[in-house]
Amino acid sequence: MTGNLQTIYLYSRYERLWHWLQMALIAILLITGFEVHGQYSLLGFHRAVTVHNFLGITWLIAFAFFFFWLFTTGEWKQYIPTTRKLFAVMKYYSYGIFRGQPHPVPKRKEAKHNPLQRLTYLGVAAVLLPLQMLTGFLYWSYNSWEAWGLGFMNLGAISLIHTALAFAILTFIVIHVYMTTTGHSLFAHIKAMITGWEDVDERATIEAWEKKPSASNPQKGFPDVF
Amino acid sequence: MRSKLTVWLMMGTMAICCAALPEADSAETAPGRKMAQQAAQSTTKWTTTDHSKLDVLNKKFESGQEITEACLSCHSEAAGQIRETIHWTWLSPYDDGGETGKAGYSVNNFCVSANKMEDKKCNSCHIGWNGKEDGINCLLCHGSKNVQWAAEFKDYHFFKEMGDTEIADEIQKTIQEGVKSVALPGRQNCGNCHFYGGGGEAVKHGDLDASLIKPQKTLDVHMGLDAQDFRCTRCHSTTNHQIAGRVYSTPASVDRKSLVEHDLAPKIMCESCHTAKPHTSGHKANDHTDKVACQSCHIPQFARAHATKMWWDWSKAGRLKDGNPYQEKGAYDRAVYKSIKGEFRWEKNVTPEYYWYNGSINTLTAKDTIDPTNPVRVSWPVGSRQDENARIFPFKVHRGKQPYDKVNNQLVAALLSETLDGYWKTFDWDDAITRGHEIMGLPWSGELGFVETRYVYPTTHMVAPKESVVNCGQCHRRQDSRLTNLSGFYMPARDQYRLLDMGGWGLVLAALAGVMLHGLGRIFTNGRKKED
Repeated sequence: MTGNLQTIYLYSRYERLWHWLQMALIAILLITGFEVHGQYSLLGFHRAVTVHNFLGITWLIAFAFFFFWLFTTGEWKQYIPTTRKLFAVMKYYSYGIFRGQPHPVPKRKEAKHNPLQRLTYLGVAAVLLPLQMLTGFLYWSYNSWEAWGLGFMNLGAISLIHTALAFAILTFIVIHVYMTTTGHSLFAHIKAMITGWEDVDERATIEAWEKKPSASNPQKGFPDVF
Repeated sequence: MRSKLTVWLMMGTMAICCAALPEADSAETAPGRKMAQQAAQSTTKWTTTDHSKLDVLNKKFESGQEITEACLSCHSEAAGQIRETIHWTWLSPYDDGGETGKAGYSVNNFCVSANKMEDKKCNSCHIGWNGKEDGINCLLCHGSKNVQWAAEFKDYHFFKEMGDTEIADEIQKTIQEGVKSVALPGRQNCGNCHFYGGGGEAVKHGDLDASLIKPQKTLDVHMGLDAQDFRCTRCHSTTNHQIAGRVYSTPASVDRKSLVEHDLAPKIMCESCHTAKPHTSGHKANDHTDKVACQSCHIPQFARAHATKMWWDWSKAGRLKDGNPYQEKGAYDRAVYKSIKGEFRWEKNVTPEYYWYNGSINTLTAKDTIDPTNPVRVSWPVGSRQDENARIFPFKVHRGKQPYDKVNNQLVAALLSETLDGYWKTFDWDDAITRGHEIMGLPWSGELGFVETRYVYPTTHMVAPKESVVNCGQCHRRQDSRLTNLSGFYMPARDQYRLLDMGGWGLVLAALAGVMLHGLGRIFTNGRKKED
């Protein structure tokens, strides 16, 4: 695989910012959240709650921006699920990767996610996170339930769902972080998410503007979304 | 370049987020504190009467009743008012049958009963000259000189009859000075009884003892001489001599009005001055005031100055040394054993126990049937999670063992006083109970047993400065939560779904193990590939 690579600009500035902001928020939300759930004592209950609540609201606002970005740029199409080559990708990760075979679905600007990623990220972004936001918001607004006519709800049940989803997110992160090491080198994918430039298989169709600027290919700006 | 920019952008965002984090302990004064300070801005008391100049008080007094008559010659309605109060009747105003109260059949697990006020020793705290018989002693509450009235009159008559007029006049002068020292009730007046309930300082209450005569702010933010310097009556407001704040079985404290809304709230509670949302806006504690009483967090421990009695075992009473009663002292210089009373335990800086409480306490009477197979609740707070007037409240729980009738399953009220040849003189339970129950008209089978009992005191005095408030984590934690015993509601950090937590962490660990195996697989197969 090595040697046949070319570098394309895959992740826009906003995508990278959102990714790492989301990483930081989720990390602290998980750490403080499990402390609020009484799993350990780190910041102290009071501070853990204060930080968790604040970052939860921050998250809601940040997610609204993401939502806006997703639909104004048409990037939501990256999340349309497909079964095409899904089996091939699963086969690759469970077999081909050990044989040194190439990835069956190389990354492209218009298809950043392979079928397995599409399915997973759709589940995370459209189901897991919204549900977590909803239960988190309800948990946070517990004292207003009566006034909002939601007095029938049960804090224990809301907490149960919120905690269960937190475990699901943590599980996702474990696998997600591991998957970043499956590029052509251990840190290739992480580097791409920092710089925006991803090394992809040369067989991928690359538009001229996607190519990294060089002396022979001078370029002034990038088609960043922002 | 590009990556640096991204990093800076991220750091900038995080910095903004962190800067905007609300501070837990804001320098801003809590609105509830401001309101209370406004409400309590004291005006100097003024009066048009100097009692020491009144002719009616400048004369010789041969008896207590004469003093009372002098008072009533101006304050014509006072006696009528007093006779309606609990301070006089020792009966619950909410029980028409006259069953509950010290003068009724109510019992506790200290000296158990006053035997319908026949056990004269208990009457030393009654506001009459001699129980309910010889009129009201106004000066117990309204005299600013601490005079031992009974002893002074006894001595006065003794020397007068002896013909020693010089000493008799001297004593009469003390009496007259006492009479002329009329004032509004001070801490000492209330404290003479309420600090010493149960036969000694801090025996009954963990939050009321003589340290409140001159407390520091660290002990009591309201009464502290270096704080608000309130006297008892600042909160225990009075209408027609009825003093607010006494706890009886009914009614519940449904009236949670604030003075700010309504300046005639009959029962002064924290909220009366501090409002229902006393903390700085956005502080989670404001959301707790509907279910958690202020006292729960603001009185982290009781008995902070003097140790209070936590255990009293009557079953150990009656041991004698060489035929004589004795006592042994222990920690805090308090008796841990007395032949006349049994075994005691004292504790200082005690963490309260918490119960749902709607302002009402139920107490057993000597007529109630008990179940001696379990510790008996002689008194208990009324309220539950479902009761909208109930809040979580801190209590001192006094435990002990006390005598009961094994056949009738009733707590028994032995006659105790030495002067009446009670148990304290005879050490004969059967005789003391027989005579005690004769007075009260109660049955006694003669089968004596001892049963473990508990008795509750709401903890409401000695409010600590905010620095020592109970922090969130002392209740919101899995182990040793202050609220471990309260159930029926979900409480973050304290409660868990064991199955979910086990399953959740199991899933995370399984994922970890999976990716590690996958990674190892990659290392292993790649190594083999190189050999090809």
